[in-house]
Amino acid sequence: MLKDNHKIVEVKNLVKNYGSFSAIKDVSFDVYQNDVFGFLGPNGAGKSTTIRTILSLISPTSGSINLFGKSLQQNRNYILSKIGCIVEKPDFYKYLSAQKNLEIFARISGNPVSKSKINELIDFVGLSGREKDKVSGFSHGMKQRLGIAQTLLHDPELIILDEPTTGLDPQGIIDIRNLIIQLKTEKKKTVIISSHILSEIELIANRMIIINKGKTIVQGSVSDLLNEQEIIVQFKLDNILKAMHILKMNPDFVNCEISQNESYLLIHTTFDSIPVINKLFCENDIGVSLIETKRKLEDYFLRLINT
Amino acid sequence: MIFKSTYNELLKIAYKPRSYIGIGGIIIIIAIILFALKVDGAFYISLITGQFEQSLIFEGEILNGNLIAYIIIQMLIIHVPLLIAFVTGDLISGESAMGTIRLLLTKPVSRSTILMSKFLASCIYTLAVVLCLAFMSFTLGKILFGAGDLMVLKSDGLIVFQENDIGWRFLYAFTMAFLSLVTVATLALTLSCFSENSIGPIVSTMGIVLLFTIIGSMDVPIFDNIRPFLFTTHMAAWRFFFDDPLNTTNIYYSITILIAHITILLSIAFYKFNTKDILS
Repeated sequence: MLKDNHKIVEVKNLVKNYGSFSAIKDVSFDVYQNDVFGFLGPNGAGKSTTIRTILSLISPTSGSINLFGKSLQQNRNYILSKIGCIVEKPDFYKYLSAQKNLEIFARISGNPVSKSKINELIDFVGLSGREKDKVSGFSHGMKQRLGIAQTLLHDPELIILDEPTTGLDPQGIIDIRNLIIQLKTEKKKTVIISSHILSEIELIANRMIIINKGKTIVQGSVSDLLNEQEIIVQFKLDNILKAMHILKMNPDFVNCEISQNESYLLIHTTFDSIPVINKLFCENDIGVSLIETKRKLEDYFLRLINT
Repeated sequence: MIFKSTYNELLKIAYKPRSYIGIGGIIIIIAIILFALKVDGAFYISLITGQFEQSLIFEGEILNGNLIAYIIIQMLIIHVPLLIAFVTGDLISGESAMGTIRLLLTKPVSRSTILMSKFLASCIYTLAVVLCLAFMSFTLGKILFGAGDLMVLKSDGLIVFQENDIGWRFLYAFTMAFLSLVTVATLALTLSCFSENSIGPIVSTMGIVLLFTIIGSMDVPIFDNIRPFLFTTHMAAWRFFFDDPLNTTNIYYSITILIAHITILLSIAFYKFNTKDILS
Protein backbone atom coordinates (compact mmCIF):
# COMPACT_ATOMS: atom_id res chain seq x y z
CA MET A 1 0.00 0.00 0.00
CA LEU A 2 1.45 3.37 -1.04
CA LYS A 3 1.05 5.98 1.67
CA ASP A 4 0.89 9.70 1.05
CA ASN A 5 3.53 10.41 3.73
CA HIS A 6 5.99 8.35 1.69
CA LYS A 7 5.32 10.48 -1.37
CA ILE A 8 8.54 12.17 -2.48
CA VAL A 9 7.44 13.74 -5.75
CA GLU A 10 3.97 15.01 -6.53
CA VAL A 11 3.43 16.55 -9.96
CA LYS A 12 -0.05 17.78 -10.81
CA ASN A 13 -1.40 18.97 -14.16
CA LEU A 14 1.96 20.20 -15.38
CA VAL A 15 1.83 22.38 -18.50
CA LYS A 16 4.71 24.04 -20.35
CA ASN A 17 4.08 26.16 -23.42
CA TYR A 18 6.60 27.81 -25.71
CA GLY A 19 4.46 30.33 -27.55
CA SER A 20 1.80 28.31 -29.34
CA PHE A 21 3.72 25.04 -28.92
CA SER A 22 2.91 22.88 -25.90
CA ALA A 23 5.88 20.79 -24.81
CA ILE A 24 3.88 19.43 -21.84
CA LYS A 25 0.09 19.50 -22.04
CA ASP A 26 -0.99 17.71 -18.89
CA VAL A 27 1.36 15.49 -16.91
CA SER A 28 0.63 14.28 -13.38
CA PHE A 29 2.41 11.61 -11.38
CA ASP A 30 3.62 10.66 -7.92
CA VAL A 31 6.89 9.04 -6.87
CA TYR A 32 7.15 7.24 -3.54
CA GLN A 33 10.09 6.59 -1.24
CA ASN A 34 12.52 3.92 -2.49
CA ASP A 35 10.78 3.72 -5.88
CA VAL A 36 12.74 3.24 -9.03
CA PHE A 37 10.31 5.22 -11.12
CA GLY A 38 10.49 4.78 -14.88
CA PHE A 39 9.67 7.79 -17.03
CA LEU A 40 8.93 6.36 -20.43
CA GLY A 41 8.03 7.92 -23.73
CA PRO A 42 9.24 8.24 -27.30
CA ASN A 43 11.71 10.97 -28.27
CA GLY A 44 10.01 14.37 -28.08
CA ALA A 45 7.29 13.11 -25.71
CA GLY A 46 8.17 15.73 -23.09
CA LYS A 47 10.27 13.60 -20.71
CA SER A 48 13.26 15.93 -20.57
CA THR A 49 11.06 19.01 -20.31
CA THR A 50 9.21 17.45 -17.36
CA ILE A 51 12.46 16.48 -15.65
CA ARG A 52 13.98 19.92 -16.24
CA THR A 53 10.83 21.46 -14.76
CA ILE A 54 11.14 19.29 -11.64
CA LEU A 55 14.74 20.47 -11.33
CA SER A 56 13.73 24.13 -11.78
CA LEU A 57 15.75 24.45 -14.97
CA ILE A 58 12.51 25.34 -16.75
CA SER A 59 9.63 27.25 -15.21
CA PRO A 60 6.22 25.65 -15.80
CA THR A 61 3.38 27.53 -17.49
CA SER A 62 0.93 26.02 -15.00
CA GLY A 63 0.56 23.09 -12.64
CA SER A 64 2.14 22.29 -9.31
CA ILE A 65 5.34 20.49 -8.33
CA ASN A 66 5.87 19.37 -4.75
CA LEU A 67 8.93 17.47 -3.58
CA PHE A 68 9.47 16.17 -0.07
CA GLY A 69 6.11 17.72 0.84
CA LYS A 70 7.16 21.25 -0.13
CA SER A 71 6.45 23.46 -3.11
CA LEU A 72 9.38 23.66 -5.54
CA GLN A 73 8.65 27.28 -6.33
CA GLN A 74 9.00 28.37 -2.68
CA ASN A 75 11.63 25.89 -1.45
CA ARG A 76 13.94 25.50 -4.45
CA ASN A 77 17.25 25.37 -2.58
CA TYR A 78 15.99 23.07 0.18
CA ILE A 79 14.56 20.66 -2.40
CA LEU A 80 17.62 20.72 -4.67
CA SER A 81 19.84 19.93 -1.67
CA LYS A 82 18.03 16.58 -1.48
CA ILE A 83 18.33 15.75 -5.19
CA GLY A 84 21.18 14.41 -7.27
CA CYS A 85 20.74 14.40 -11.02
CA ILE A 86 22.08 13.91 -14.50
CA VAL A 87 20.14 15.83 -17.13
CA GLU A 88 20.66 14.40 -20.61
CA LYS A 89 24.42 14.12 -21.19
CA PRO A 90 26.76 14.06 -18.18
CA ASP A 91 28.69 17.20 -19.07
CA PHE A 92 31.65 18.27 -16.97
CA TYR A 93 34.42 20.86 -17.16
CA LYS A 94 36.65 19.18 -19.71
CA TYR A 95 39.78 21.08 -18.70
CA LEU A 96 39.49 19.78 -15.12
CA SER A 97 40.22 16.35 -13.69
CA ALA A 98 37.42 14.06 -12.54
CA GLN A 99 38.33 14.77 -8.93
CA LYS A 100 38.42 18.55 -9.41
CA ASN A 101 35.02 18.40 -11.10
CA LEU A 102 33.57 16.51 -8.14
CA GLU A 103 35.20 18.95 -5.71
CA ILE A 104 33.62 21.89 -7.53
CA PHE A 105 30.13 20.41 -7.41
CA ALA A 106 30.60 19.15 -3.85
CA ARG A 107 31.41 22.68 -2.69
CA ILE A 108 27.95 23.93 -3.73
CA SER A 109 25.98 20.76 -3.05
CA GLY A 110 24.45 22.04 0.17
CA ASN A 111 26.03 19.44 2.46
CA PRO A 112 29.67 19.13 3.54
CA VAL A 113 31.49 16.55 1.43
CA SER A 114 34.85 15.18 2.57
CA LYS A 115 37.72 14.22 0.27
CA SER A 116 37.41 10.64 1.47
CA LYS A 117 33.75 10.64 0.41
CA ILE A 118 34.79 11.81 -3.08
CA ASN A 119 37.37 9.02 -3.27
CA GLU A 120 34.81 6.52 -2.03
CA LEU A 121 32.38 7.56 -4.79
CA ILE A 122 35.08 7.43 -7.45
CA ASP A 123 35.72 3.88 -6.29
CA PHE A 124 31.98 3.07 -6.22
CA VAL A 125 31.56 4.00 -9.90
CA GLY A 126 34.73 2.17 -10.91
CA LEU A 127 36.88 5.18 -11.83
CA SER A 128 39.69 4.55 -9.34
CA GLY A 129 43.04 5.34 -10.90
CA ARG A 130 41.50 7.79 -13.37
CA GLU A 131 40.47 10.49 -10.90
CA LYS A 132 43.44 12.72 -11.73
CA ASP A 133 42.83 12.48 -15.48
CA LYS A 134 41.17 15.34 -17.31
CA VAL A 135 37.55 14.68 -18.25
CA SER A 136 38.34 15.62 -21.87
CA GLY A 137 39.96 12.19 -22.20
CA PHE A 138 36.98 10.29 -20.80
CA SER A 139 34.68 8.09 -22.88
CA HIS A 140 30.93 8.65 -22.74
CA GLY A 141 30.56 5.69 -20.41
CA MET A 142 33.19 7.04 -18.03
CA LYS A 143 31.49 10.45 -18.00
CA GLN A 144 28.20 8.72 -17.23
CA ARG A 145 29.84 6.94 -14.27
CA LEU A 146 31.35 10.22 -13.10
CA GLY A 147 27.88 11.70 -13.46
CA ILE A 148 26.49 9.09 -11.10
CA ALA A 149 29.29 9.79 -8.60
CA GLN A 150 28.38 13.47 -8.84
CA THR A 151 24.72 12.73 -8.10
CA LEU A 152 25.71 10.95 -4.87
CA LEU A 153 28.12 13.59 -3.54
CA HIS A 154 25.75 15.11 -0.98
CA ASP A 155 23.97 11.85 -0.18
CA PRO A 156 20.65 12.93 -1.75
CA GLU A 157 17.36 11.19 -1.09
CA LEU A 158 16.19 11.40 -4.69
CA ILE A 159 18.25 10.71 -7.80
CA ILE A 160 17.02 11.79 -11.21
CA LEU A 161 18.66 10.27 -14.26
CA ASP A 162 17.56 11.54 -17.67
CA GLU A 163 18.25 8.93 -20.35
CA PRO A 164 21.38 7.65 -18.57
CA THR A 165 22.13 4.88 -21.06
CA THR A 166 21.85 6.92 -24.26
CA GLY A 167 24.97 6.58 -26.37
CA LEU A 168 26.48 3.80 -24.29
CA ASP A 169 27.76 0.51 -25.66
CA PRO A 170 26.07 -2.72 -24.46
CA GLN A 171 28.57 -3.23 -21.62
CA GLY A 172 28.17 0.41 -20.59
CA ILE A 173 24.39 -0.03 -20.48
CA ILE A 174 24.73 -3.10 -18.25
CA ASP A 175 27.20 -1.27 -15.95
CA ILE A 176 24.92 1.74 -15.54
CA ARG A 177 21.90 -0.51 -15.01
CA ASN A 178 23.75 -2.39 -12.27
CA LEU A 179 24.78 0.91 -10.67
CA ILE A 180 21.14 2.06 -10.59
CA ILE A 181 20.06 -1.23 -9.01
CA GLN A 182 22.83 -0.75 -6.42
CA LEU A 183 21.53 2.75 -5.70
CA LYS A 184 18.17 1.29 -4.77
CA THR A 185 19.28 -1.82 -2.96
CA GLU A 186 22.52 -0.75 -1.23
CA LYS A 187 22.10 2.99 -0.84
CA LYS A 188 18.29 2.94 -0.42
CA LYS A 189 17.76 5.83 -2.82
CA THR A 190 14.61 6.82 -4.66
CA VAL A 191 15.39 6.99 -8.37
CA ILE A 192 13.56 8.56 -11.30
CA ILE A 193 14.93 7.30 -14.59
CA SER A 194 13.73 8.44 -17.99
CA SER A 195 14.10 6.39 -21.11
CA HIS A 196 12.50 5.72 -24.47
CA ILE A 197 13.29 2.01 -24.18
CA LEU A 198 10.64 -0.07 -22.43
CA SER A 199 12.89 -3.06 -21.75
CA GLU A 200 15.33 -0.81 -19.90
CA ILE A 201 12.62 0.49 -17.58
CA GLU A 202 11.18 -3.00 -17.18
CA LEU A 203 14.50 -4.30 -15.88
CA ILE A 204 15.03 -1.76 -13.14
CA ALA A 205 11.83 0.14 -12.34
CA ASN A 206 9.04 -0.88 -9.98
CA ARG A 207 6.68 1.93 -11.01
CA MET A 208 6.40 3.82 -14.27
CA ILE A 209 4.61 6.42 -16.34
CA ILE A 210 4.31 6.56 -20.10
CA ILE A 211 3.89 9.97 -21.66
CA ASN A 212 3.47 10.92 -25.29
CA LYS A 213 3.03 14.30 -26.96
CA GLY A 214 3.19 15.95 -23.55
CA LYS A 215 0.36 13.95 -22.01
CA THR A 216 0.20 11.10 -19.51
CA ILE A 217 -0.84 7.93 -21.33
CA VAL A 218 -0.67 5.42 -18.50
CA GLN A 219 1.01 5.00 -15.11
CA GLY A 220 1.22 2.48 -12.31
CA SER A 221 3.34 -0.40 -11.08
CA VAL A 222 5.51 -2.01 -13.74
CA SER A 223 4.28 -5.51 -12.85
CA ASP A 224 0.66 -4.46 -13.22
CA LEU A 225 1.25 -2.59 -16.45
CA LEU A 226 3.35 -5.26 -18.04
CA ASN A 227 1.08 -7.98 -16.65
CA GLU A 228 3.36 -10.80 -17.57
CA GLN A 229 0.54 -13.34 -17.69
CA GLU A 230 -1.13 -11.63 -20.62
CA ILE A 231 0.85 -11.78 -23.79
CA ILE A 232 0.41 -11.87 -27.55
CA VAL A 233 1.92 -14.98 -29.17
CA GLN A 234 2.78 -14.85 -32.86
CA PHE A 235 2.73 -18.19 -34.71
CA LYS A 236 4.12 -18.57 -38.20
CA LEU A 237 2.15 -21.49 -39.66
CA ASP A 238 1.76 -23.26 -42.96
CA ASN A 239 -2.04 -23.08 -42.75
CA ILE A 240 -3.19 -20.01 -40.83
CA LEU A 241 -6.91 -20.28 -41.75
CA LYS A 242 -7.17 -23.89 -40.55
CA ALA A 243 -5.34 -23.00 -37.33
CA MET A 244 -7.67 -20.11 -36.71
CA HIS A 245 -10.71 -22.30 -37.28
CA ILE A 246 -9.42 -24.85 -34.74
CA LEU A 247 -8.71 -22.15 -32.14
CA LYS A 248 -12.11 -20.52 -32.56
CA MET A 249 -13.69 -23.85 -31.56
CA ASN A 250 -11.69 -23.84 -28.34
CA PRO A 251 -13.21 -21.42 -25.75
CA ASP A 252 -9.75 -20.75 -24.18
CA PHE A 253 -8.20 -19.40 -27.38
CA VAL A 254 -10.99 -17.52 -29.14
CA ASN A 255 -9.12 -14.22 -28.85
CA CYS A 256 -7.00 -14.58 -31.95
CA GLU A 257 -6.49 -12.71 -35.24
CA ILE A 258 -4.40 -12.76 -38.40
CA SER A 259 -1.58 -10.17 -38.56
CA GLN A 260 -1.86 -7.26 -40.99
CA ASN A 261 0.70 -8.77 -43.37
CA GLU A 262 -1.20 -12.11 -43.15
CA SER A 263 1.99 -13.97 -42.18
CA TYR A 264 1.24 -14.64 -38.53
CA LEU A 265 -1.58 -15.81 -36.33
CA LEU A 266 -1.74 -13.56 -33.25
CA ILE A 267 -3.17 -15.17 -30.10
CA HIS A 268 -3.93 -13.24 -26.89
CA THR A 269 -3.08 -15.81 -24.26
CA THR A 270 -0.64 -16.73 -21.46
CA PHE A 271 2.86 -18.21 -21.39
CA ASP A 272 1.49 -21.46 -19.95
CA SER A 273 -0.78 -21.95 -22.95
CA ILE A 274 1.99 -21.86 -25.59
CA PRO A 275 2.85 -25.61 -25.39
CA VAL A 276 -0.86 -26.47 -25.37
CA ILE A 277 -1.51 -24.47 -28.53
CA ASN A 278 1.61 -25.84 -30.19
CA LYS A 279 0.49 -29.41 -29.39
CA LEU A 280 -2.97 -28.64 -30.78
CA PHE A 281 -1.47 -27.46 -34.08
CA CYS A 282 0.76 -30.52 -34.36
CA GLU A 283 -2.14 -32.89 -33.70
CA ASN A 284 -4.00 -31.22 -36.57
CA ASP A 285 -1.04 -31.45 -38.97
CA ILE A 286 -0.39 -27.71 -39.00
CA GLY A 287 3.31 -26.94 -39.48
CA VAL A 288 4.74 -24.45 -36.93
CA SER A 289 7.86 -22.63 -38.17
CA LEU A 290 8.14 -19.78 -35.65
CA ILE A 291 6.76 -18.79 -32.25
CA GLU A 292 7.34 -15.27 -30.91
CA THR A 293 5.92 -13.59 -27.82
CA LYS A 294 5.07 -9.91 -27.40
CA ARG A 295 3.76 -8.26 -24.32
CA LYS A 296 0.70 -6.13 -24.78
CA LEU A 297 2.32 -3.02 -23.33
CA GLU A 298 5.31 -3.34 -25.62
CA ASP A 299 2.94 -3.55 -28.56
CA TYR A 300 1.00 -0.63 -27.16
CA PHE A 301 4.17 1.37 -26.61
CA LEU A 302 5.42 0.67 -30.13
CA ARG A 303 2.09 1.80 -31.51
CA LEU A 304 2.47 4.96 -29.44
CA ILE A 305 5.90 5.65 -30.88
CA ASN A 306 4.74 5.03 -34.41
CA THR A 307 1.72 7.30 -34.22
CA MET B 1 27.50 30.10 -0.24
CA ILE B 2 28.56 33.10 -2.34
CA PHE B 3 32.19 32.63 -1.21
CA LYS B 4 32.20 28.94 -2.13
CA SER B 5 30.56 29.68 -5.44
CA THR B 6 32.96 32.55 -6.20
CA TYR B 7 35.89 30.32 -5.27
CA ASN B 8 34.54 27.75 -7.76
CA GLU B 9 34.30 30.39 -10.47
CA LEU B 10 37.85 31.54 -9.79
CA LEU B 11 39.07 27.95 -9.97
CA LYS B 12 37.35 27.50 -13.33
CA ILE B 13 38.97 30.69 -14.63
CA ALA B 14 42.35 29.64 -13.23
CA TYR B 15 42.23 26.21 -14.89
CA LYS B 16 40.82 27.42 -18.22
CA PRO B 17 43.64 27.88 -20.76
CA ARG B 18 41.94 30.88 -22.41
CA SER B 19 42.28 32.88 -19.19
CA TYR B 20 46.01 33.09 -19.74
CA ILE B 21 45.73 34.34 -23.29
CA GLY B 22 44.84 37.80 -21.97
CA ILE B 23 47.53 37.94 -19.33
CA GLY B 24 50.03 36.30 -21.67
CA GLY B 25 49.15 38.81 -24.37
CA ILE B 26 49.73 41.73 -22.01
CA ILE B 27 53.09 40.34 -20.87
CA ILE B 28 54.26 39.80 -24.45
CA ILE B 29 53.07 43.22 -25.69
CA ILE B 30 54.62 45.05 -22.74
CA ALA B 31 57.85 43.09 -23.13
CA ILE B 32 58.00 44.14 -26.79
CA ILE B 33 57.27 47.79 -25.92
CA LEU B 34 59.92 47.78 -23.17
CA PHE B 35 62.45 46.19 -25.53
CA ALA B 36 61.67 48.66 -28.32
CA LEU B 37 61.90 51.67 -26.01
CA LYS B 38 65.11 50.39 -24.41
CA VAL B 39 66.72 50.03 -27.83
CA ASP B 40 65.23 53.02 -29.63
CA GLY B 41 63.62 55.11 -26.88
CA ALA B 42 65.66 58.24 -27.52
CA PHE B 43 64.35 58.51 -31.07
CA TYR B 44 60.78 58.00 -29.82
CA ILE B 45 61.18 60.76 -27.22
CA SER B 46 62.68 63.14 -29.74
CA LEU B 47 59.47 62.83 -31.78
CA ILE B 48 57.52 64.12 -28.77
CA THR B 49 59.94 66.72 -27.48
CA GLY B 50 61.11 67.92 -30.89
CA GLN B 51 58.50 70.66 -31.13
CA PHE B 52 59.58 72.11 -27.76
CA GLU B 53 63.35 71.86 -28.09
CA GLN B 54 63.73 75.39 -29.46
CA SER B 55 61.87 76.94 -26.53
CA LEU B 56 62.58 74.52 -23.66
CA ILE B 57 65.61 72.80 -22.24
CA PHE B 58 65.04 69.26 -20.98
CA GLU B 59 67.27 68.08 -18.15
CA GLY B 60 67.53 64.61 -16.65
CA GLU B 61 66.28 61.31 -18.04
CA ILE B 62 62.93 61.96 -19.73
CA LEU B 63 62.54 58.32 -20.80
CA ASN B 64 62.15 56.91 -17.31
CA GLY B 65 59.98 54.21 -15.73
CA ASN B 66 57.14 56.63 -15.05
CA LEU B 67 56.87 57.76 -18.65
CA ILE B 68 57.10 54.14 -19.79
CA ALA B 69 54.15 53.25 -17.54
CA TYR B 70 52.16 56.19 -18.89
CA ILE B 71 52.88 55.23 -22.52
CA ILE B 72 52.00 51.59 -21.91
CA ILE B 73 48.70 52.23 -20.15
CA GLN B 74 47.79 54.68 -22.95
CA MET B 75 48.59 52.10 -25.62
CA LEU B 76 46.96 49.10 -23.98
CA ILE B 77 43.73 50.50 -22.57
CA ILE B 78 42.26 50.10 -26.07
CA HIS B 79 43.23 46.42 -26.35
CA VAL B 80 42.73 45.13 -22.83
CA PRO B 81 38.88 45.20 -23.09
CA LEU B 82 39.13 42.53 -25.81
CA LEU B 83 41.23 40.34 -23.52
CA ILE B 84 38.78 40.87 -20.65
CA ALA B 85 35.74 40.11 -22.84
CA PHE B 86 37.50 36.96 -24.05
CA VAL B 87 37.16 35.48 -20.55
CA THR B 88 34.08 37.17 -19.06
CA GLY B 89 31.96 36.75 -22.21
CA ASP B 90 32.37 33.02 -21.78
CA LEU B 91 31.33 32.76 -18.13
CA ILE B 92 27.65 31.93 -18.72
CA SER B 93 27.49 31.10 -22.43
CA GLY B 94 30.53 28.82 -22.09
CA GLU B 95 28.67 26.81 -19.44
CA SER B 96 25.66 26.62 -21.79
CA ALA B 97 27.83 25.51 -24.71
CA MET B 98 29.60 22.90 -22.58
CA GLY B 99 26.35 21.69 -20.98
CA THR B 100 27.59 22.23 -17.42
CA ILE B 101 24.98 24.94 -16.86
CA ARG B 102 22.39 22.16 -16.35
CA LEU B 103 24.40 20.65 -13.53
CA LEU B 104 25.32 24.00 -12.03
CA LEU B 105 21.72 25.22 -11.85
CA THR B 106 20.44 22.03 -10.25
CA LYS B 107 22.58 22.68 -7.18
CA PRO B 108 21.02 24.31 -4.11
CA VAL B 109 22.40 27.72 -4.93
CA SER B 110 20.13 30.48 -6.21
CA ARG B 111 20.67 31.70 -9.73
CA SER B 112 21.31 35.20 -8.36
CA THR B 113 24.13 33.84 -6.20
CA ILE B 114 25.66 32.03 -9.16
CA LEU B 115 25.49 35.16 -11.32
CA MET B 116 26.88 37.34 -8.53
CA SER B 117 29.73 34.82 -8.08
CA LYS B 118 30.52 35.03 -11.76
CA PHE B 119 30.45 38.82 -11.60
CA LEU B 120 32.78 38.85 -8.59
CA ALA B 121 35.08 36.35 -10.30
CA SER B 122 35.18 38.49 -13.44
CA CYS B 123 36.02 41.54 -11.28
CA ILE B 124 38.86 39.60 -9.64
CA TYR B 125 40.13 38.43 -13.03
CA THR B 126 39.98 42.03 -14.32
CA LEU B 127 41.89 43.15 -11.24
CA ALA B 128 44.52 40.49 -11.93
CA VAL B 129 44.89 41.76 -15.50
CA VAL B 130 45.15 45.40 -14.32
CA LEU B 131 47.71 44.42 -11.64
CA CYS B 132 49.69 42.55 -14.28
CA LEU B 133 49.53 45.64 -16.49
CA ALA B 134 50.58 47.83 -13.57
CA PHE B 135 53.42 45.56 -12.48
CA MET B 136 54.80 45.08 -15.97
CA SER B 137 54.62 48.75 -16.92
CA PHE B 138 55.32 50.55 -13.64
CA THR B 139 57.66 48.19 -11.77
CA LEU B 140 59.54 46.72 -14.72
CA GLY B 141 59.67 50.16 -16.34
CA LYS B 142 61.37 51.56 -13.26
CA ILE B 143 63.79 48.63 -13.02
CA LEU B 144 64.78 48.93 -16.67
CA PHE B 145 64.62 52.70 -17.16
CA GLY B 146 65.02 54.12 -13.66
CA ALA B 147 62.92 56.72 -11.88
CA GLY B 148 62.38 60.35 -12.73
CA ASP B 149 59.88 63.12 -13.27
CA LEU B 150 56.96 62.41 -15.56
CA MET B 151 56.45 64.55 -18.62
CA VAL B 152 52.90 64.41 -19.98
CA LEU B 153 51.99 65.95 -23.29
CA LYS B 154 48.50 67.42 -23.32
CA SER B 155 46.60 69.11 -26.13
CA ASP B 156 47.05 72.45 -24.37
CA GLY B 157 50.66 72.05 -23.34
CA LEU B 158 53.25 70.03 -21.50
CA ILE B 159 52.92 69.11 -17.81
CA VAL B 160 55.82 67.87 -15.76
CA PHE B 161 55.04 66.00 -12.55
CA GLN B 162 57.74 65.65 -9.93
CA GLU B 163 58.62 62.12 -9.02
CA ASN B 164 57.19 62.35 -5.50
CA ASP B 165 53.86 63.47 -7.01
CA ILE B 166 53.44 60.53 -9.37
CA GLY B 167 52.78 57.36 -7.32
CA TRP B 168 49.29 58.25 -6.12
CA ARG B 169 48.33 59.44 -9.62
CA PHE B 170 49.20 56.05 -11.07
CA LEU B 171 47.36 54.29 -8.25
CA TYR B 172 44.17 56.22 -8.98
CA ALA B 173 44.69 55.95 -12.74
CA PHE B 174 44.93 52.16 -12.54
CA THR B 175 41.88 52.10 -10.24
CA MET B 176 39.94 54.12 -12.80
CA ALA B 177 41.16 51.84 -15.58
CA PHE B 178 39.97 48.90 -13.45
CA LEU B 179 36.51 50.46 -13.14
CA SER B 180 36.21 51.01 -16.88
CA LEU B 181 37.38 47.45 -17.57
CA VAL B 182 34.83 46.10 -15.06
CA THR B 183 32.19 47.91 -17.13
CA VAL B 184 33.37 46.01 -20.22
CA ALA B 185 33.45 42.76 -18.20
CA THR B 186 29.87 43.37 -17.01
CA LEU B 187 28.73 44.07 -20.58
CA ALA B 188 30.29 40.79 -21.74
CA LEU B 189 28.76 38.89 -18.78
CA THR B 190 25.33 40.36 -19.53
CA LEU B 191 25.52 39.44 -23.20
CA SER B 192 26.70 36.00 -22.10
CA CYS B 193 23.31 35.47 -20.41
CA PHE B 194 21.60 35.83 -23.79
CA SER B 195 23.79 33.41 -25.70
CA GLU B 196 24.33 29.67 -25.91
CA ASN B 197 27.78 29.92 -27.47
CA SER B 198 31.03 31.56 -26.38
CA ILE B 199 31.87 33.54 -29.48
CA GLY B 200 28.66 35.60 -29.71
CA PRO B 201 29.06 37.61 -26.48
CA ILE B 202 32.78 38.23 -27.08
CA VAL B 203 32.23 39.51 -30.63
CA SER B 204 29.16 41.51 -29.55
CA THR B 205 31.06 43.14 -26.68
CA MET B 206 33.87 44.22 -28.96
CA GLY B 207 31.34 45.36 -31.56
CA ILE B 208 29.62 47.58 -28.97
CA VAL B 209 32.95 48.95 -27.68
CA LEU B 210 33.98 49.71 -31.26
CA LEU B 211 30.64 51.28 -32.18
CA PHE B 212 30.54 53.48 -29.10
CA THR B 213 34.17 54.49 -29.60
CA ILE B 214 33.44 55.53 -33.20
CA ILE B 215 30.34 57.46 -32.11
CA GLY B 216 32.35 59.08 -29.33
CA SER B 217 35.18 60.14 -31.62
CA MET B 218 33.01 61.51 -34.43
CA ASP B 219 32.81 65.26 -34.21
CA VAL B 220 29.19 65.41 -35.35
CA PRO B 221 26.68 67.57 -33.41
CA ILE B 222 23.98 64.87 -33.48
CA PHE B 223 26.13 62.71 -31.17
CA ASP B 224 26.99 65.54 -28.78
CA ASN B 225 24.05 64.75 -26.50
CA ILE B 226 24.73 61.03 -26.16
CA ARG B 227 28.53 61.11 -26.09
CA PRO B 228 28.79 62.01 -22.36
CA PHE B 229 26.66 58.96 -21.49
CA LEU B 230 28.63 56.35 -23.44
CA PHE B 231 30.88 54.26 -21.22
CA THR B 232 33.56 54.26 -23.89
CA THR B 233 33.87 58.04 -23.50
CA HIS B 234 34.95 57.39 -19.91
CA MET B 235 37.36 54.55 -20.64
CA ALA B 236 40.13 57.15 -20.87
CA ALA B 237 39.08 58.83 -17.62
CA TRP B 238 42.31 57.58 -15.98
CA ARG B 239 44.02 60.45 -17.78
CA PHE B 240 42.19 62.93 -15.54
CA PHE B 241 44.60 61.98 -12.77
CA PHE B 242 47.42 63.46 -14.85
CA ASP B 243 45.81 66.90 -15.00
CA ASP B 244 47.11 69.75 -12.90
CA PRO B 245 45.05 70.83 -11.07
CA LEU B 246 42.76 67.80 -10.86
CA ASN B 247 39.32 68.28 -12.38
CA THR B 248 37.33 66.38 -9.74
CA THR B 249 34.01 67.16 -11.46
CA ASN B 250 35.12 65.22 -14.53
CA ILE B 251 36.44 62.39 -12.38
CA TYR B 252 33.25 62.02 -10.35
CA TYR B 253 31.13 62.28 -13.47
CA SER B 254 33.08 59.47 -15.16
CA ILE B 255 32.87 57.30 -12.03
CA THR B 256 29.09 57.88 -11.88
CA ILE B 257 28.56 57.00 -15.54
CA LEU B 258 30.66 53.82 -15.29
CA ILE B 259 28.96 52.65 -12.06
CA ALA B 260 25.55 53.43 -13.62
CA HIS B 261 26.45 51.26 -16.62
CA ILE B 262 27.60 48.43 -14.35
CA THR B 263 24.38 48.64 -12.30
CA ILE B 264 22.06 48.74 -15.32
CA LEU B 265 23.88 45.95 -17.14
CA LEU B 266 23.98 43.78 -14.02
CA SER B 267 20.23 44.34 -13.46
CA ILE B 268 19.51 43.17 -17.02
CA ALA B 269 21.77 40.14 -16.48
CA PHE B 270 20.01 39.23 -13.20
CA TYR B 271 16.56 39.50 -14.81
CA LYS B 272 17.55 37.43 -17.85
CA PHE B 273 19.47 34.77 -15.91
CA ASN B 274 16.74 34.32 -13.31
CA THR B 275 13.93 33.95 -15.86
CA LYS B 276 15.83 31.92 -18.43
CA ASP B 277 14.69 28.39 -19.28
CA ILE B 278 17.70 26.11 -19.55
CA LEU B 279 17.17 24.25 -22.81
CA SER B 280 20.78 23.54 -23.82
